Amino acid sequence: MTTSELSTTVRRRDRVAVIDLVGGVNARAEHSLDTAWAEAVRELPDAVVLNFRDAGYINSTGIALIVGLLAKARARGVPIRAYGLTPHYREIFEITRLADFLAINPDEDSAVRGAERSST
Amino acid sequence: MSALTGSFRRRFLGRTTEVGRSTYGAAAQPAAPTDEVAPVDIAPNDPLLAYLQSASGAVDVDVLELDSPALAALKAAGVKLAVPLVSQGELIGVLNLGPRRSEQEYSADDRKLLDNLAAQAAPALRVGQLVRQQQAEARTRQRFEQELEVARLIQQNFLPKQLPDLPGWEVAALYRPAREVGGDFYDVIPLPDGQVGFVVGDVTDKGVPAALVMAATRSVLRASAQRLVDPGAVLERVNEHLCPDMPAKMFVTCLYGVLEPATGRFRFANAGHDLPYVKTAGGSVELRARGMPLGLMTGMAYEEKETVLAPGDSLLLHSDGVVEAHDPDGAMFGFPRLKEAVARYPGGGELIDLVLTDLRAHTGPDAEQEDDITMVTLARTAGAAHDAKGSVPTHQLVEFDVPSAEGNERLALARVSTIVAPLGLSPARLKRLETAVGEATMNAMEHGNGYRADQPVTVRVLTGTDLVRVQITDHGGAPPTRETEVPDIEAKLAGLQRPRGWGLFLIKNMVDEANETSDGGLHTLELVMHLVDPPVARGEGDDDDDE
Repeated sequence: MTTSELSTTVRRRDRVAVIDLVGGVNARAEHSLDTAWAEAVRELPDAVVLNFRDAGYINSTGIALIVGLLAKARARGVPIRAYGLTPHYREIFEITRLADFLAINPDEDSAVRGAERSST
Repeated sequence: MSALTGSFRRRFLGRTTEVGRSTYGAAAQPAAPTDEVAPVDIAPNDPLLAYLQSASGAVDVDVLELDSPALAALKAAGVKLAVPLVSQGELIGVLNLGPRRSEQEYSADDRKLLDNLAAQAAPALRVGQLVRQQQAEARTRQRFEQELEVARLIQQNFLPKQLPDLPGWEVAALYRPAREVGGDFYDVIPLPDGQVGFVVGDVTDKGVPAALVMAATRSVLRASAQRLVDPGAVLERVNEHLCPDMPAKMFVTCLYGVLEPATGRFRFANAGHDLPYVKTAGGSVELRARGMPLGLMTGMAYEEKETVLAPGDSLLLHSDGVVEAHDPDGAMFGFPRLKEAVARYPGGGELIDLVLTDLRAHTGPDAEQEDDITMVTLARTAGAAHDAKGSVPTHQLVEFDVPSAEGNERLALARVSTIVAPLGLSPARLKRLETAVGEATMNAMEHGNGYRADQPVTVRVLTGTDLVRVQITDHGGAPPTRETEVPDIEAKLAGLQRPRGWGLFLIKNMVDEANETSDGGLHTLELVMHLVDPPVARGEGDDDDDE
């Protein structure tokens, strides 16, 4: 079976970069995530927001990729936020303690506002 | 006269002075005590034999010159005339005569008379010899048959009179002794907590000695099983008991397993016995455990293994009489053929019948059975199992294979979700089960099967009144737990742990129970979810608006 690869787009909302994730976050998503991350941090944003609203299946390899992004973000001093997670994946983010290192917001506006508040 | 026997040990018992007073072998009455002389042995290679065989009539012993110890003995005994007794061209005796009492030489008429007598006596003597020989053989046969009957009685007396009636299981057994009665045995032992012990064994040697050792082994094993339960410990104790009194060159091979009928858990240890086969969804596999035969040496330890017999699985315990049966060309039935039969045929009594049919086809219908044949089967019926607590019957809903290819875990989780959704699991818990199934399948494909296309992952879904079980089986075998590292996100962010390694952690946090089993060939992860939410939730709401 061929899983749908993750497609990403990077948007700017003021000093915040938003990465839209569309598709499954699994082993095949690594290249897309890395590319999007590189583009998102190119202009030194105050924060990066991951939009999971259209992300489908997230497996343990996808979790590992997100851990990898967190490690890169920590190294650059860039906070990460997330929104659009289903209750199920929100629970997984809590169980894995991803939620301790990545603020989870219900929608994009609150995520961006939260990022701006943190940077001021 | 001395009669010849088949062994060509000749005895000279009588000394005659007249023709009419000669004696006939050991059964003859001597004419008078003074006529008796010491027996004369004629060795098979003594040239006197060949001489007498070819002689045309009575032979003068005194004038005969041969390098023959027997001839010397005859001369020393005072034998003057030796008259060969020949029947159908075979020398069967010799009529030995001493000097005539008249002290005259034997006349031509005497010799003619003796030759005529020999010609008539030889066939009668031959008939007598054959009758005695047949009587002796009949006595030997009778004694042998009596011993075999005793051996049969001992063995049959110690076989189970009836097999246990285990709900959800079919237990069948066959013991078919060879004509010479080998040392096979089997036993079924009720144990505490509803467990059942199964034994199949084989004593070296045949007949009464093997039967007696078998009886002793069975008794010690039964007593030890009640006290110890653990199969390895039981065999260890049996070995210690048997060793001091085991006859030379004898030992016992034995497989002992303990079944928990409620869960299908089967723990076993093996003392050098033929490996049992278990039929699973993935084919038939051997159940391996190491251990020396019983009674050889003290201080032996017996490796203990376990497997879980899922609904539809069946186990065959067997003796070497099956695999070592030969065809007319000398080829053995063999382990591969038996393994294939277990994979191909249904379990239980039907498996035994079909294996016997295959055996008959292999050996030929009229071939004599070479060794005892023993088979014991345990089949867990596909439609009815029991949950881990043994109280709630479960039913298999579906079993399917997923090819080991990247991404195929989504096929498994989607199909399981479709099957389980109508059962009443809350949407949040269904999502958790999906994730656990996806992770378990991914682990099975990657770590168990190495993403080999020819090794699919088998998924079974079973349900009862208050739970659902998903069993995911790969070909990875032991060790049961592949991810031993507990993931720590701080360590991962600090580069002290690799980013991956979340699979088993997620599985265990997603379902109510996750149980791993391995039998050396197959590895199964069983996921259990209760249909009713547990009273203490992990903080989740009824979040059914997923994706």
